[in-house]
Amino acid sequence: MDGVVSKSILLSMYQSMIRQRILEEEVGELYRAGLIPGLAHPYVGQEAVAAGVCAALEKDDLVVSNHRGHGHSIAKGVPEEAILSELMGKDSGTCSGLGGSMHSTYLQCGLMFSTAIVGGGIPLSVGIALALKMDKKTKCVVCFFGDGATNTGAFHEAVNLAAIWKLPVVFVCENNQYAVSAPVSSSTLARIAQRSQAYGIPGRFVDGMNVLDVYAAASEAVSRAKKLEGPTLLECETYRYRGHGIYDTGLSYRTREEIAKWMDRDPIQALEKKLLAEKLATVEELEAIRSMAKEKLKEAVKFAEERPYPPESLLAKSLWA
Amino acid sequence: MQLRTISYAQGIREALAEEMRRDEKVFLIGEDIGRFGGAFKVTEGLFEEFGPERVRDTPISENAIVGAAIGAAIMGYHPVAEIMYMDFLHECSDQLINNLPKMHFMTGGKLKAPAVIRTQYSFGRNTGAQHSQFFPSLYMNTPGILLATPSTPADAKGLLKTAIRGSNPVLFVEANALYSSKGEVSDDEALLEFGEADIKREGNDVTVVAISRMVREALLAADTLASEGISVEVIDPRTLVPLDTDTIISSAKKTGRLITAEDSCRTCGVGAEIVARIAERAMDYLEGIERVACPDMPAPFSPPLLKTCVPTSETIAKAARKIMQ
Repeated sequence: MDGVVSKSILLSMYQSMIRQRILEEEVGELYRAGLIPGLAHPYVGQEAVAAGVCAALEKDDLVVSNHRGHGHSIAKGVPEEAILSELMGKDSGTCSGLGGSMHSTYLQCGLMFSTAIVGGGIPLSVGIALALKMDKKTKCVVCFFGDGATNTGAFHEAVNLAAIWKLPVVFVCENNQYAVSAPVSSSTLARIAQRSQAYGIPGRFVDGMNVLDVYAAASEAVSRAKKLEGPTLLECETYRYRGHGIYDTGLSYRTREEIAKWMDRDPIQALEKKLLAEKLATVEELEAIRSMAKEKLKEAVKFAEERPYPPESLLAKSLWA
Repeated sequence: MQLRTISYAQGIREALAEEMRRDEKVFLIGEDIGRFGGAFKVTEGLFEEFGPERVRDTPISENAIVGAAIGAAIMGYHPVAEIMYMDFLHECSDQLINNLPKMHFMTGGKLKAPAVIRTQYSFGRNTGAQHSQFFPSLYMNTPGILLATPSTPADAKGLLKTAIRGSNPVLFVEANALYSSKGEVSDDEALLEFGEADIKREGNDVTVVAISRMVREALLAADTLASEGISVEVIDPRTLVPLDTDTIISSAKKTGRLITAEDSCRTCGVGAEIVARIAERAMDYLEGIERVACPDMPAPFSPPLLKTCVPTSETIAKAARKIMQ
């Protein structure tokens, strides 16, 4: 599978992961500095999932994201300016400042919606897929959710409905090992991917720390969806390096050793090694990607900080369409 | 203008059929709504006319039904979802409360979700505590979703057509007790605006603001009370979001007496909100206020016990006599 992935796709996935990581590191700083109010859920460690899945999509394919969604936004092409503006509650945000960290809509890039209720976006993605099918469009929608979401009734109802109607949706479960503090082993005895069998659809267990594995599995699922053969459930095994939310150290329910073990498999470093070993990129090329991303982010922070808050008049015109 | 007499259920069915013929983006989704024609036969015949793609039968998955309706709505469709009993709305509260009313607001206006969620309540029909509830005030307390509670065939038809054509989400609550009730409808479009109360009967002594099934009871009470020399004005708000407060307040100012009547529990019911608005804007005009509602308990099954809980025209008449003293 590796052999067929072009250099440009590899580098674009690398760039996506770098941008996600740098953004999330900066979000932590801005939060501690008091510039980002409320909640934020870091995606650090899970970058390969968003990067690999979104690399398998066309620009006009759609995504439904969730509370841990900054990485999905970046991977789908949303500019840092719009993401950071939303996090700061500024008028230039993806939701004009009315959404916040957990809500992002950027239609130009196909980012439809992010729900902050665990599992709540899955039924919605099924409706989007139904619309795509009724429109007879060769497009699909990807719904990202965590391992925790697979224990909600919404997951069951929605996956089943998508299965019986053979809808063009790809269900991407990011099994990051914890639902807030609850380890996945305490919440389910089976592998999440195995649940697909109960719905009569394919399920794939994917190494979510390996962007190429994610890309390969997602490409297959996307192609199946677009041929109207029905949904696929991907379980991408990954790890969040940080706590559940930005306020959580993430250390009260797991050991530093466990975290270190996963960080040894860091998806960005793994891809770097591969690119260098196979001479697909030089150290300088990768450094250029990193410094460009840092520069871009610096500008985005400045932009977001300087933007005004939305006017109060926005409230009155936003309740009703 | 030609007038026809049809049932309340027929009014709803005609609204669905006419809107589906007018706009291909309108489709139905729900349990047993296809060949079976719906649990209460409201969608009968629509499957035969429009086929399985536009009259979509689903498994028993209320969360997925409403979620799918929202997803399709933000993609430009006008889905009409049917939830068999209002009690079952709690099965899809996440979609109905956390997603649907917030799609437009929370995205800074980027998304519109013009989905209509139809349901019905069966209070008073010996259906037990989990197939009886009517709790519209919960959704009045959830900004972002319009709420219709029609009481006549013409209102049901006109409001449903407007709901389907609109840009906003609508919760459309029908009364099971009214499905077979008859009324006149005109053959023209007769769309009805949301937020316009209908004065179903004019009067001078007491204002009764009646919701859904209670409109019929209020009109019966008005007949009885007229023979006793009490003139009753019956107001049907028709939509609770938006609520036509102005019409209610001018009537209450005129009569000086207000009764609210509804099939939901008294505490924090629709009546509580209406009375609060009156208190804010017209307190000095009112001589008496009564709330006719169900007691704060689940609906009992045993028919004689249920009878003690169901408000009727007589309950309204008693309340009127009391505040006339």
